[in-house]
Amino acid sequence: MKKRVKHILAGFCSVAAMMMATSGWAGSTLTVMTHDSFNVSKEVIALFEKENQVEVRFLKSGDAGAALVQAILSKNNPLADVFYGVDNTFYSRAIEGGIFQAYDSPMLAHIPANLRLDAENRLLPVDYGDVCLNYDKAWFQEKGIAPPTDLADLAKPEYAGLTVVQNPATSSPGLAFLLATIGRFGEDGYLDFWKKLRANNVLVTAGWEDAYFGHFTAASKGDRPIVVSYASSPPAAVFYSEKPLTEAPTGAVVTDGNAFRQIEFVGILEGTKELELAKKFVDFMLGKDLQEDIPLQMFVFPANDQAKLPEVFMKYATVADKPVTVDPAAIEEKRNVWIEAWTDTVLR
Amino acid sequence: MNGSTDERAGRLRPPKILHWALLVLPLLFLVLFYFYPLAKIVTLSFLPDGSWQPDQLRRIFHSPVFGRIIWFTTWQATLSTLLTLAVALPGAYVFARFTFPGKNLLQALTTVPFVLPTVVTAAAFRALLGNNGLVNSWLMTILDLTTPPIKLDQTVSFFLLAHVFYNYALVLRIVGGYWAGLDRSLSAAARMLGASPWQTFQRITFPLLLPAIGSAALLVFIFCFTSFGVVLILGGPSYATIEVEIYRQAVQLFNLPMAAVLSLIQIGINFLLMYFYARLDRKTKSGFYSDTAMGEAIQPGTGSQKLLVGSNVAFMLLLMVIPLLALVIRSFVGEDGLTLAFYNALFTSQAKSVFFVEPISAVKNSVGFGLAAMVLAVILGLLAATFIASGDSRQRSLWDALIMLPLATSAVTLGFGYIITLNRPPLNLRDSLALVPIAHALVAFPFVIRCILPSIRQIPHTLREAASLLGASPLVVWRKIDLPLITRAILVGAVFAFSISMGEFGASAFVTRPHTPTMPVAIFRFLGQPGEMNYGQAMAMSTILMLVTCSGFWLLGRLDSYRKGALH
Repeated sequence: MKKRVKHILAGFCSVAAMMMATSGWAGSTLTVMTHDSFNVSKEVIALFEKENQVEVRFLKSGDAGAALVQAILSKNNPLADVFYGVDNTFYSRAIEGGIFQAYDSPMLAHIPANLRLDAENRLLPVDYGDVCLNYDKAWFQEKGIAPPTDLADLAKPEYAGLTVVQNPATSSPGLAFLLATIGRFGEDGYLDFWKKLRANNVLVTAGWEDAYFGHFTAASKGDRPIVVSYASSPPAAVFYSEKPLTEAPTGAVVTDGNAFRQIEFVGILEGTKELELAKKFVDFMLGKDLQEDIPLQMFVFPANDQAKLPEVFMKYATVADKPVTVDPAAIEEKRNVWIEAWTDTVLR
Repeated sequence: MNGSTDERAGRLRPPKILHWALLVLPLLFLVLFYFYPLAKIVTLSFLPDGSWQPDQLRRIFHSPVFGRIIWFTTWQATLSTLLTLAVALPGAYVFARFTFPGKNLLQALTTVPFVLPTVVTAAAFRALLGNNGLVNSWLMTILDLTTPPIKLDQTVSFFLLAHVFYNYALVLRIVGGYWAGLDRSLSAAARMLGASPWQTFQRITFPLLLPAIGSAALLVFIFCFTSFGVVLILGGPSYATIEVEIYRQAVQLFNLPMAAVLSLIQIGINFLLMYFYARLDRKTKSGFYSDTAMGEAIQPGTGSQKLLVGSNVAFMLLLMVIPLLALVIRSFVGEDGLTLAFYNALFTSQAKSVFFVEPISAVKNSVGFGLAAMVLAVILGLLAATFIASGDSRQRSLWDALIMLPLATSAVTLGFGYIITLNRPPLNLRDSLALVPIAHALVAFPFVIRCILPSIRQIPHTLREAASLLGASPLVVWRKIDLPLITRAILVGAVFAFSISMGEFGASAFVTRPHTPTMPVAIFRFLGQPGEMNYGQAMAMSTILMLVTCSGFWLLGRLDSYRKGALH
């Protein structure tokens, strides 16, 4: 019996070894650590791999927050060469963590200044998305109510019980939306707004999936026609519709001061042994090939202003002209206080 | 069994050193993949720069919030456990004693919820009981109401219901399996001596069942105590378990010291519970054993038997099968009625993405991890259970509780622990695929132990002694006596180990890994972007997950019946 056990164990070990071996490559490997929502086309990555004779290996490490914490924890012995997916709500944590090294990529010339938060270029902007209200066009048409055009609308009596938002303590768009209200109504005013929203029967869910697919009337059988999502969600709804659509089923509210711009960054990790390759990969991420791939893979906007948008974006996507801005240092410093105050106001 | 027999048995049984040898592998596994990472992450959290920083912890003693969270966690776990026991014990009886058409399939179906991601379960229940769900629209039409009469979403009832949905099978299978193996001559004797069926149950059957009920209840309690997704998604944001708060503190607020304290509190509470349970469990061990073949299950004959079987089957259909069916139907229904569009898309489109995999590879990955985790968990569980069952000392209770700890440990904390420990050769595993089945096995093997222990303890020493006296080596004794008597329990344990892995339980959710899309990973990928096709494909993938799991269990069930058939 012991022998049999040994055999099974040996078998298991060899399976494990095989699994590890298959992830290897004869040439060099560049490891990119990222969050679970990252996506890119095969052929685009193949371009980079071919040109540089390298295999790109992606390590998915949970949601954006969890991935960053893991990168910081492994600082002394980094898991990867490049990290993609720090956003501006976690920006200061990443910088203070001291895990990124500066790189003045030549591609930065094509990135608008308002997206470049780091003067030292440790974190380079890759894409952005405006977190804002989405509404179900058909629902509002049917009820004969005007869809919202402003955050303040949500507190009006005719919008009672219509809105679903995400908990900023557990969701990244939820936090972005809380920041939108802070930017819009100020640190003195945002809690008053949320008080009114609570009185108006706002629904709070833990995450985006649950809010959008569980409660939004325009997706599955929900009961709320207004949801917090992205300005690029309407083109996604068209792109992934079951039947071809000529009009987006949902609208996004991107009027001035009503959306929060989430910017996602890439950076080279301190301690990488493949610095030259890592630099090339960062250039590649900011370059046209990958930038033009971003919209349909991740449904956010490319940071490079030379990247052409796909047709479905040109037709159905909107961009906020004047998104709300909140200083990243203030976000890191006050995140806990703001979330705690929000929790006391809305949930307790 | 009194002290003197135990001592005598102790002298006759193989030397102590052999018993401790049983513990070597499980202990090594635990030290490497549990205690070491856990200790290191806790130390790092408390002493980030080698110095003790108590400031960030002060809040825990000053804020009433944490007290409330700990109380709520305990309260909901207790209630969920009692509810699950109340509805599942009659079901266990029915499964132990009766045969009926479709029994095997129903048994497989009740285990399916175990592998479903919470978001999908939420969708299933909402499709039925949500504000716009079937039942509400139906009631509104019939009763001419303007608002939905059932308001379940984001209530305590919703996640209690979900906890019952998830854990029903645990009680059903652990208690049911044990019950089927109980010697029936005792209760038959009681009945002959004039005891009423209720008296027989109360005085004879229930005490005999206690070890299995205790095992199942303990598992349900710990599962609900560490509940993450169910409470987070179904209960809504007003409710938080310790596990939810640990995630919040560690990931969202990056307050690792607070996360570490909460993890230790969670471990501490569960350790005490498991320790006292282990002590109690040792005392309740019963030596009753049937040397005839296990009792046959019979077809329900009398009216009351038919009613009992019928009502339990109806309950299982209502609780388990209908919500699952709602998902299956949703995966086939598009805007204009029936469609295969979602399945077609699943197999063809999106091939552009680096992360696209054929559904078939997702199935292969899931099943591969599942089998690896199962084999590992069963081997370790069997060794550990044999060790725990074979001693008499109080120490064994301590070991028992220690080995169970991974089940009660925060997945985030352990996942982060892996990052900072398994990072150098020879154990450079932190970003390797091997860590996935290891993380699954870590949660699964305490499960296997709980499934096996009641059955091992039920085997009287006299049998083993007799065999030893006749010259059988310890190994032969184990193979000829123990193994055949615990095969059913091992099967049950294997089923759950496999499901735990298929459902991606535990720290694997927080383990960083190269792209290997298992079925749950694929489901989450679809649910991450808006659009009808994404939702439909998520439902289609969930249906495939259910199908694969269910057919696996059904096959195992057939295997079990075949084995029983071969025994007679």
